[in-house]
Amino acid sequence: MSVPVLSVRNIEKSFGGIRAVRGVTFEVRKGEILGLIGPNGSGKSTLFNCILGQLRPEAGEVEVNGQNVSGMRASDLNRLGVGRTFQQLSVFPKMTVLDNIILAGQEHHGTMLSRLFGPGDAGLTNEAERLISFFRLTHLRDTLAGSLSYGQQKLVDAAMAFMAGPSLVLLDEPAGGVNLTMLANLKERLTAYNAEHGTTFVVIEHNMEFVMSLCTRIIVLAEGGIIAEGKPEEIRANQSVIDAYLGG
Amino acid sequence: MSQFLQVLLSGLATGSIYALVAIGFTLVWQAAQTVNFAQGEFVMLPAFFVLIGMSVFGMPLWIALIFGLAISIVVLGVLFKKMIVEPILPHGGITLIIATMALGILLKESVKEFYSAEAQPFPSLFPGDPINVFGAVLSLQDVFNLVISLGIVVLLTLFLNRTRTGRCMQATAQNPAVAEILGVNVKRMILYTFLINAALAALASFLITPVYLAKFSNGETLGLIAFIAAIVGGFNQIRGAIAGGLLIGVLDNLTAAYVTAQYRAALPLVLLIVIILVRPQGILGTSEGRTV
Amino acid sequence: MNAHIRKISILALLALAVLAPLGQGNYIVYVLTSWLIFAIAAMGLNLTLGYAGQISLAQASFMAIGAYTTALLTLSGWHWMLAMPLGLTACFVVGLLLGYPALRVKGHFLAFVTLAFNTLVFLVLRNEDWLTGGSYGLVGMPRPDFGLFKTMKQLHFYYFTLGITVLAALAMWGIVRSPWGRAFKALRENPIRAESLGVDTRRITLLAFAIGSVYGGLAGALITPLVQFIEPGSFGLAHSLRILLMVVVGGAGYFFGPFLGAGVVILLPEILRFTEGYYLIIYSALVIVMLVFVPTGLIGVWGRIRERFWPRQQVRADMSEGARLK
Repeated sequence: MSVPVLSVRNIEKSFGGIRAVRGVTFEVRKGEILGLIGPNGSGKSTLFNCILGQLRPEAGEVEVNGQNVSGMRASDLNRLGVGRTFQQLSVFPKMTVLDNIILAGQEHHGTMLSRLFGPGDAGLTNEAERLISFFRLTHLRDTLAGSLSYGQQKLVDAAMAFMAGPSLVLLDEPAGGVNLTMLANLKERLTAYNAEHGTTFVVIEHNMEFVMSLCTRIIVLAEGGIIAEGKPEEIRANQSVIDAYLGG
Repeated sequence: MSQFLQVLLSGLATGSIYALVAIGFTLVWQAAQTVNFAQGEFVMLPAFFVLIGMSVFGMPLWIALIFGLAISIVVLGVLFKKMIVEPILPHGGITLIIATMALGILLKESVKEFYSAEAQPFPSLFPGDPINVFGAVLSLQDVFNLVISLGIVVLLTLFLNRTRTGRCMQATAQNPAVAEILGVNVKRMILYTFLINAALAALASFLITPVYLAKFSNGETLGLIAFIAAIVGGFNQIRGAIAGGLLIGVLDNLTAAYVTAQYRAALPLVLLIVIILVRPQGILGTSEGRTV
Repeated sequence: MNAHIRKISILALLALAVLAPLGQGNYIVYVLTSWLIFAIAAMGLNLTLGYAGQISLAQASFMAIGAYTTALLTLSGWHWMLAMPLGLTACFVVGLLLGYPALRVKGHFLAFVTLAFNTLVFLVLRNEDWLTGGSYGLVGMPRPDFGLFKTMKQLHFYYFTLGITVLAALAMWGIVRSPWGRAFKALRENPIRAESLGVDTRRITLLAFAIGSVYGGLAGALITPLVQFIEPGSFGLAHSLRILLMVVVGGAGYFFGPFLGAGVVILLPEILRFTEGYYLIIYSALVIVMLVFVPTGLIGVWGRIRERFWPRQQVRADMSEGARLK
């Protein structure tokens, strides 16, 4: 069997005596879209931050494509092929959509010196335009990202995570605050990207409908531990999941 | 030993005045996220209001002092808040910092052009007679300065902790949103903070100007030292500002007396850099209020 | 179309810069030269503050490092063309060091650290008189001599400075248009997001300071032969503040902001000579008024006027967009 894209083993994290994550272990295989769900305070955000190195877990390991990434800086993690989005909008408002997207890829091309003396776009304009058109933003190519609508910014935000051709993308509540039409659009584009490139996704989300229709597998967290794991339809029918949500 | 005591006490006397300025600085930062780079000029100016009161309107000293205090509160408190802080703060912290720098130049140059470029004698509020404390020779002025500044600090602390308005001000500084919900008039509390800052600057001005003479450029060093005191002590705490002010006053005097007069000004700066890099929340500060 | 107008207006301004000093007295030429020199210093600070969003109150101290290094070397017989690069290297290294605090603190904390640094440099210049001549400064530095082209005449030195300014501006244009420029802006807009996209924000922060400092050093290296007398007082905190105001008044984050800002600070006192001592009062009051109404600086004022009277689609909006200083 091939090496999993993401392997999380026995992650432990406490805040002042409260065990937010209790020995969580799971693996994600190439091409999967894994949903991480759970009621508020179930530890999913903490787990996410432990995987991304924003928080330092007390115990456990995180491996990406077989490489231990514990304690790695965000920029180095990204260069290993891990893209991410943030819960709150994170575009560069005073740069154009095109520049936002090029920025997301430029650090993966050439050296520090070639990025000073080479072409201004680091040779990425065509690639960026392809991605922009994939996310149907072509007409907004030269607009300042900050002047787009919320939903459009969300698409730019997502597109940036893909620019470097990552093997793994972690999406932190991608559906938050996006209206229904935009949401359908976003889901459809993410699915299409996954089908086209075989990129692995891990998604944290509150919006059940969105998760159920986007993900191929779902892990349910409650009180810092995994209580259920399976295909969306299995999760939908799982009594302990229903209890956890109703109880939480 | 007696020389050491002498250096120490006069350092405490100047330091306590620095503390007044640093406290105002801290209060305004807490309540309105305003870093006032003109704080030094805020201390330079009130002395000139007093001089104007005496020379132009022929007031006796004590009336002129009240006049100076009142004008300072209006100009450096109300007008500063309404005309500069309120419109510029929404544009961002750095923009406001730059605006207060420009304000500093404006105040300094105005005094220079409209009053005088020369240092003006300022009447001493207390006799400068030397007195003898445990073998150390101190000027009575230093002793009065120390006692009065500490008295002001005590009164201010009592006001902030014991009165309703004071507690509302503290609530505003800690969490304006919650304070608003609890029925505190947040806008008014922030205005009070600016008034207190102006009053503290004026009082510091009246205490320190007899020592340094009244000069348009007084603010340059004073402002810097007040920042340093505020940061070294802990930017979000009154007791931090007091500790910082006293510490800088004493250190300054000790370096001048025992180490090097040439690099006297360097020590607080080095201390500032070290503190910011090693412990940005200051010696007594807590890190929660730090906004980076 | 827009790019065309842009090119033509840049050429026109350049022609104006070539023609401006002709037939003028030595003093006017001297003032124009210092305008160019301060524009270089402001251009550097604009990279640090306007593009990369890192406030620095130490630009005058880098002018000092450039000026003193060049002065000491040219006094001991080096040619300016050899002394200047050494001064710039010194500025690059010290600039990197000054960048380190910016990795830990931002905003007003950074303002204070850089301010303290500026004052420390001033104290060293004043106190170490065995090297720097103390408060008397250094005097009698030669102007560069290129055989056929000598710069002893004020006008010749102006053209020499203009040539260097154009080269410096071209280099800066290259930097801000390169991926580095994009990374600087990303650092200003959202450092955490930039880091998550693979931008080494630590390195970019340090570079923002180091490159900005090199421009300060270049300005210093030019001040030395222009004035042929340097003293610590010319590089104090007030001068850093002056350069900072040039950047903000011109328009932080706009490529041509520093030229405009330096023009206002250097040339306006000459125009407002009739106001005598009141110039600084008028100037600082105007700065405050501007910050209240148009915090993006004079270029921002122009943008507002244009939008009002000739509204149109923005082309390459990022290049015409200044910084919002947080």
